[in-house]
This record gives sequence, structure tokens and C-alpha cells, in this order.
Amino acid sequence: MNYQVNEKGYYGEFGGAYIPEMMVPNIEELRLKYLEIINSYDFRQEFVGLLKHYVGRPSPLYLAKRLSEKYQSNIYLKREDLNHTGSHKINNTIGQILVAKKLGKHRIIAETGAGQHGLATATVCALMGLKCIVYMGAVDVERQAPNVKKMRMLGAEVIPALSGNQTLKDATNEAMRDWINNPVDTHYIIGSVVGPHPYPDMVARFQSVISEEIRWQLEEQTGKENPDRIIACVGGGSNAAGAFYHFLDQEKVELIGVEAAGKGIHTPETAATLTLGTPGVLHSSRSILMQTEDGQITEPYSISAGLDYPGIGPMHANLFKTKRAKYLWATDDEVLEAALELTRLEGIIPALESAHALAALKKIQLKPEEITVVNISGRGDKDMDVYLKYFGY
Amino acid sequence: MNRINKLFQEKKERILSVYFTAGYPNLDDTVPTIQALQKNGVDLVEIGMPFSDPVADGPVIQYSSLVSLQNGMSIRKLFEQLKDIRQTVDIPLILMGYINPILQYGVEAFCRKCNEIGIDGLIIPDLPLNVYEEEFKAVFEANNLHNIFLITPQTSEGRLQLIDSISSGFIYMVSGNSTTGAKSSVSDFQKSYFERVNSLGLKNPRMIGFGISNAETFGNACKYARGAIIGSAFVKAMEGSGTLEQKVSGFINAIVIQS
Ligand SMILES: Cc1ncc(COP(=O)(O)O)c(C=O)c1O
Repeated sequence: MNYQVNEKGYYGEFGGAYIPEMMVPNIEELRLKYLEIINSYDFRQEFVGLLKHYVGRPSPLYLAKRLSEKYQSNIYLKREDLNHTGSHKINNTIGQILVAKKLGKHRIIAETGAGQHGLATATVCALMGLKCIVYMGAVDVERQAPNVKKMRMLGAEVIPALSGNQTLKDATNEAMRDWINNPVDTHYIIGSVVGPHPYPDMVARFQSVISEEIRWQLEEQTGKENPDRIIACVGGGSNAAGAFYHFLDQEKVELIGVEAAGKGIHTPETAATLTLGTPGVLHSSRSILMQTEDGQITEPYSISAGLDYPGIGPMHANLFKTKRAKYLWATDDEVLEAALELTRLEGIIPALESAHALAALKKIQLKPEEITVVNISGRGDKDMDVYLKYFGY
Repeated sequence: MNRINKLFQEKKERILSVYFTAGYPNLDDTVPTIQALQKNGVDLVEIGMPFSDPVADGPVIQYSSLVSLQNGMSIRKLFEQLKDIRQTVDIPLILMGYINPILQYGVEAFCRKCNEIGIDGLIIPDLPLNVYEEEFKAVFEANNLHNIFLITPQTSEGRLQLIDSISSGFIYMVSGNSTTGAKSSVSDFQKSYFERVNSLGLKNPRMIGFGISNAETFGNACKYARGAIIGSAFVKAMEGSGTLEQKVSGFINAIVIQS
């Protein structure tokens, strides 16, 4: 089976570009040019060069010995937390800023939840000398304050989104409205594998460097190219898409995405989209989302701002539907315990988002001979307030 | 004949269309608002179906949508309210809203219900042209519903021709590059855009919308199209004090008489 996007911009029945006419010229321009741009020699040179010398790639693939001992198996961590700016988000923003430059755009807009994508966007804008505006839900501006300060120091304007739940969904609405009002000189750097085609495919390609590296690093360390399973957290789904990408056709590799269950999937305070959602259209693509019977999008909840989103990228909706990947969930409490466990066993403080992937280790059977790769999508600096409050240090 | 086509056949200029959000300010204001609009001489009404995430809308319609949903509005509720509308209203009626609630209701069931009630057309900003042609067109036509497409200053000529070829009611000419409710007067940029579109010899009449807020902007827009659409300014006016009838007649009279 083919799990990649088709010519019309769909993954199975999911995807497409449900955009208002005001966005058509920009999306059409991107659709017609993105493959040519990102496959060009110049682009590859610049992209790979920046990932290596600026971001610090390849990120390590690390055999977590004490964690492995505890779970009686072999657990490797893909260390996206060690990237410049502290998460996988920079892989995508480096790619998109180069695309924006090729398209001749001078003004960059972005949405952000945890602030990691906003930070990664503000960073590449500073690097390239482009104007940067980041929309961030007012609630997230509060709970991810360190990232807001960094973005401002980098020269970005951070605009709080005051509509709805004032989180990631609302920030995305505001970014889209900005693009409608500024159609000529602006590029919208979407932070995950969501939005209208070609965004999900373009972002997945930029993040695919994660699985590309896992393959050769694993072979170097174990003699095997393929692990038995890969685990990643899913908000919109970009770090998972990147970690799965080169293993999609290796059907023996088990792919596991972990959603944020918030206070539990049987409470209204949750963000477990695939577990609870139904098909529909949000942010210009057909996917699975959390909604009422009347088709109104419901307000999600998660302790982790980066996973606090009622939708999911169309690629994941298709992997879920075709059963190529399995999607589990973890509650806030399970996630906090998992974060502390990694901290104490390996000396790595993970982002709350990434701790969802770690929490899944308790929910599956790991065999002693198996190899599991957990994608550590980001580091915990931005979450210190939450950790300190919960653990009382 | 579809009431939209009849209107454009009979009235050649200064067609006034008004948008309002169903269920706003109060849940049961929907029908009285339509009746008052007709009584005050409005030619066409666009009934907004609220959506939780209206990306093409500015703050005024975002707010009215939010309040309407909090009031308990839904597509089912709206159909209930409109069930007997054709006993008192004979001007063309258009439903305007985003695609997701319609998908959840079921496209076919939705269109049949529209036909039953006497709805003449639909405006769905996030329904793309290709999806419309492949999945929606046949059902719309079977139910005597016109799909009204939007065009903007950025819409290419090739695409304008394509939209014209599959349109059958009118074309909604978005006045500028903006979400709803932006302030506008007719700038040179807009003037040349309107004139460019008008020179193409399109078969469908055009209406100008977005940023039309008063007698002056209505009058200016009417120089470049068969008429114009007022949305946010009317929605905002409905927030004021006075009875619903007073608010509607005050607002509409100021436009019809002074422009
Ligand atoms: C560290 C980290 N991981 C994961 C995510 C979730 O995004 P995605 O599912 O696109 O990887 C975020 C989003 O902000 C993040 O900051």
C-alpha cells in the first residue's frame, strides 16, 4: 500500500485543500512549485548544510541503558531535543524559510502552541533577516512564557489570539486570517503536518530527516536498519510523521503514535483526536477531528500546549484508518510520571509533549530482544514551571 | 425559475443584499430579521450559519457566530426556524456557512432540506471548486440550488473564466484582500480590479461584498457591479438598542435613501 500523498493531495480519503478563494493564489503557487524547489540541487545543498552546521544534525540515537533495563528490552532515544532551539520543529522551519525565500516572500507568519514552532520560526527569520509575526493563543502565552520571551528577543512580534479557547486552534485561525489579509508578500510557515495540501506533504518531507538518520544510525550501532517499533507523540503529527516516514513501507516496523488524553478520554478535557474524533474538515484539510454532532469543533485540553489541538494531520488519519499505525493515548498524570522517570534514569528532562511517547512504554509489551525507538521531540526547559508545580521541587 | 435569476432579470442595478448571522443576537431573531429586511426593501438575504472556526471572517462575524452557537443555534435548529419562511417571504434566500457542519449534516440531506424550505443558493467559502464539481454539483442542481463562488483581486483570469462557466446565479466579487468586516472605500487598486473583471464579458452578474458598510460604500460599489452585499456593518447594528424592526429599518433606510 502507498501511504504517501497522491497527485490530488489526498492520503486515502483524507487531505485536500478546503481553502477560501482568498487563499487560492498562495496555495496554488506553493503546490505548483514546492517539489521543484525542494528537489533542486541548490536547495538540497543549503538545507542539508544548515541542518548540519546550524541545527547540529545528525541528532544522536542513544541507547538508553537504564531505561532499557527497567523495561527489560532495548530502548533507543532519538534526540531531537538536542537540536538548536530544542525540538524537531526547526527541521521544518529551515526548509520552509528557504522555500519562502525562493518564492520571494518578505514577511513570515506562524502559529504556535508550545512556542517551539514559534521559536523555531523566529530563529530562522532572524537568520535570514525576514520579518516575523507569531500568533499564539493567549492561554499559551501564559503557560509557555520562556518561549515568548525568546521569540521577542529574536525580533518576532508575538500576537496573542483571543478567540475560542485561546490555544493552538485559535492561533491557527488567526494566522490564516492574517494570510487572507496579506496575500502578496507573506509566507505562512505552518508548524505541523496539517493545513491544506501541499503543507502536510511538504512538512513531512522536511521532518523525514529524523527517520533517515534513525536508519543508518541504528545500522551503525546494531547492524539492523529497522527497529521493531517506533513511538512518537502526536499533536498535529509532524515529529511522528518524520520518525515514521522511511519506515512506512517496512510493514514489519510497528508504528505507534501517542495522543494527549488530558484528564482522561472519558472526560471533556482531552485532546485524543483519533481515539475520539470523526471525519471532517478543519484548517483546510479533511481529516479526523473532535467535534459536536452539528460539526462545531470542540475545545481540546492537554497539559501540553503542543498537543492541545482538536485535529490531526491527514497522513495520520489515513495511517489510523488503514491500521498501518497504532494510536495510543496518555493522561496528564501518566505523562508527568514518565517525564520524571526519564529524568531520573537517564538525566534527560523531556518536553511534556515527548513525555507522552515515553508514557506509552508502560502500555505495550516489550520483548527482551526487541528494539524500540522513542522519538524525544523536544526538551523540557519550557515546561519547568509545570514540572516544578507538580513535583514541588 | 430560481428566485436569484428572477431578481437579476428584473432588477438591473442597485441590488441590495444583506448578510446576518442566524440566531443572533437572540436565537429566535432569525425569522423576524428576514421579514424585516424584506419589508424594508432588501432584495436578497444571506443567512449565516454559524461555525466555531470561521477563518474567512473578521471580529464582528466571529463574535456573532460565537454568541449564536452559545444561544443554541445549529443547522437542525435553523431548518426548524425556516420551515414556514416561504409563507411570508418571497425574496431570494441564500445560506452561507462553512463546509464542516454541512458535511456532518449530510450534503444530500442538507440540499433536499434547503429545496423543501425554498432556499435559492449557497455560499460555502471553504468548498473548493474541484470538490464542488466532483462531489456537490449534481446534488445542488437536483435541488435547484445555485452555488455562489467568491473571486478576489488575486483571482487569475483563467480561474475567473472557469468560475463563470460553472456559476449560474451571480459571482461574489470580494472587494479586496481581506476577511469580512474590513473598512474600505473604493481605492484605485479596487477600481482597476472591478474594471478588469467587468471587461471580461462574463455571463454571470456580479455583486460586490466585504467592507460595504454604509450608503457611501454601497453607492460606490454599485457603480462597478449590479449591487452589493452588506454583512458585518448590519450585524453590528443589530447589537444596538431598540426593537428589531427599528434597528433593521433604521439601518436599511440610511442606505437606500441616502445612497
Ligand atoms: C517538543 C514538541 N513535540 C511535539 C509537538 C507536537 O507537534 P507535532 O505533532 O507536529 O510533532 C510539539 C508542538 O509544539 C512540540 O513542541
